Amino acid sequence: MIAKLAWKNIWFKPLNTVLSVILLTSSVAIITTLILVEKQFEEKFSSNIEDVDLVLGAQGSPLQLILSSVYQVDSPTGNISYDSAKVWMNHPFVEKAIPLAFGDNYRGYKILGTTTDYLAKYNAKVVDGILFEKNFEVVVGAEIAQKLNLKVGDEFYGSHGDAEEGEVHDDYAYVIVGIASKTGKVVDNLILCTIPTVWQMHHEHEENPAHGEEGHIHVEGEHEHEHEHEHEEADITIDEPNMEITAVLLKIRNQMAKLTWQRVIPQNTKMQAVSPAFEVNRLFGLFGIGVTALQYLAYGIMLISGISIFIALYTTLKERESEFALLRVNGARRFQLLKIVMIESLLLCVVGFVFGSVLGRVALSMLSNASEADFKMSFDPYTFLWQKEGMLLVVTLLVGCIAALIPAIKAYHLNISKTLANA
Amino acid sequence: MISTKNLRFSYSKDKEFIFPDLYCEAGSTLLITGDSGKGKTTYLHILAGLLQPKAGQIIINKTDLVSLSEKATDAFRGKNIGLVFQKSYFIAALTVLENLEMSSWLATGKKHSKRAKKLLTQLGIENQATKLPAQLSIGQQQRVSIARALMNEPKVLLADEPTSSLDDKNAEKVIDLLTSLSKEYNAALLIVTHDNRIKEKFINKITLV
Repeated sequence: MIAKLAWKNIWFKPLNTVLSVILLTSSVAIITTLILVEKQFEEKFSSNIEDVDLVLGAQGSPLQLILSSVYQVDSPTGNISYDSAKVWMNHPFVEKAIPLAFGDNYRGYKILGTTTDYLAKYNAKVVDGILFEKNFEVVVGAEIAQKLNLKVGDEFYGSHGDAEEGEVHDDYAYVIVGIASKTGKVVDNLILCTIPTVWQMHHEHEENPAHGEEGHIHVEGEHEHEHEHEHEEADITIDEPNMEITAVLLKIRNQMAKLTWQRVIPQNTKMQAVSPAFEVNRLFGLFGIGVTALQYLAYGIMLISGISIFIALYTTLKERESEFALLRVNGARRFQLLKIVMIESLLLCVVGFVFGSVLGRVALSMLSNASEADFKMSFDPYTFLWQKEGMLLVVTLLVGCIAALIPAIKAYHLNISKTLANA
Repeated sequence: MISTKNLRFSYSKDKEFIFPDLYCEAGSTLLITGDSGKGKTTYLHILAGLLQPKAGQIIINKTDLVSLSEKATDAFRGKNIGLVFQKSYFIAALTVLENLEMSSWLATGKKHSKRAKKLLTQLGIENQATKLPAQLSIGQQQRVSIARALMNEPKVLLADEPTSSLDDKNAEKVIDLLTSLSKEYNAALLIVTHDNRIKEKFINKITLV
């Protein structure tokens, strides 16, 4: 009955209520979105660098190398000689080395030359079909298969580079031999093949077989060569000399080597070795500032909504004094008046929190659609982070409590006789 | 029934009210009159347990109201004392019927909707039950106040200037309703007033001087 009265009271003055709820909703929505994005972003970034201690690639921006070779979001820094990379790949300190060669794309999805270790690293299994083995056999990531409706046995032509509009390589068709299981990691959005596939696809019509944007020199007039391409030519194998790849993901046994190689490799070769963990932390640090700023903004709005609730309760308290006196006359205890004011404020907060959580998720799903289109990175709006969102609820309720404190105490100390006599 | 003994009250040191003892049987009516500033409303608030007297006793059905704690006074008032004021007070956000139910719920923990509807019918305002109090005329509002005062079937019904803001016709009606209903519900009715229109109607009178 007290709660019902409080509920009726807050909707009796809808404008005050709506203002407070809107403010609360927006602050909760911003914070919810931030919490979810931050968590899922970090999760995505961290899960992808598991088992990668160092990335070997062409010299340039270390962050770019990580972004391109681990997360597949940026262009590569260039190419490296496979022969010189092999020196390090076969080093006894190395537990596992996964070479990567960027090739073409199919409708915007990268076709990546690698070994089957790459799938194993992401715990991706081939759920349908088999692993790629021969040239031009590909295994398609789960999300691509679903979105483009690809099946085992399908064939397609790739477009050059990482632009969807790139020149189509119609000499060789890729054949889908397998569909990978869903992992929630980058591999879901990749098409994987052997490294010689990438070499052969670009053989003869280019000096530089693997396609980093920077390493890629595209000479006019290559088109003519393509038509003269001899299809009967023997398949290129991994042992082909003087070939280039884009990067190598290294898992290292020796702790010291993790550190020393970052210095030794760039000093002695044309390559660099970069620690993804370090670079990712640097990246988080960069947009951590933005996230923190947004968080401050959101908590600022929450503070304002608290003040708005306080003002609404405080100003209506005067007009409601006789109402409270009446409740006391009818047998209500002082504490029950305090409860009414508190519940009113808390109800506003709960309503604001519920709306905010929903709105935040709507915003996130919109954000997810946008980032999916641009970066092949999606966020799941339906996850609940009980701990952090629970904390947010507690904070919201706390704001409500503090906002209602003074009005509630005033209601508690109301002098009924005076109120009724003066009216 | 209600009786008082040696009630004294003061807002400040230099002025003290000494109230005459009173006695009112269940079902009968007592008028308390007096000029402004003589403490009529103060007396009524003391009788209702809204103000604590300096000394004296208020016996309602063998309970001394003065000796109760504040919390117990609130509960006792809710159950045993009905109040009608000069101006009608309502919970603005609740309908007429909900206002009555709230009064019953606060005192007893039950809504007693049936009794509320019956009272509204007796007072001739049953068709206003679902309206908000602000939508009613002043006369109708005062009748709702009476209904609310009677909701918990009180032993004592206290009315503070119940007619002063009403016209002759409504004033008479309100007084008739108060007396007849207090008889029916067997409550002692105390009316504080300086309204000459109703002074002649009652024999039992106390005048504060």
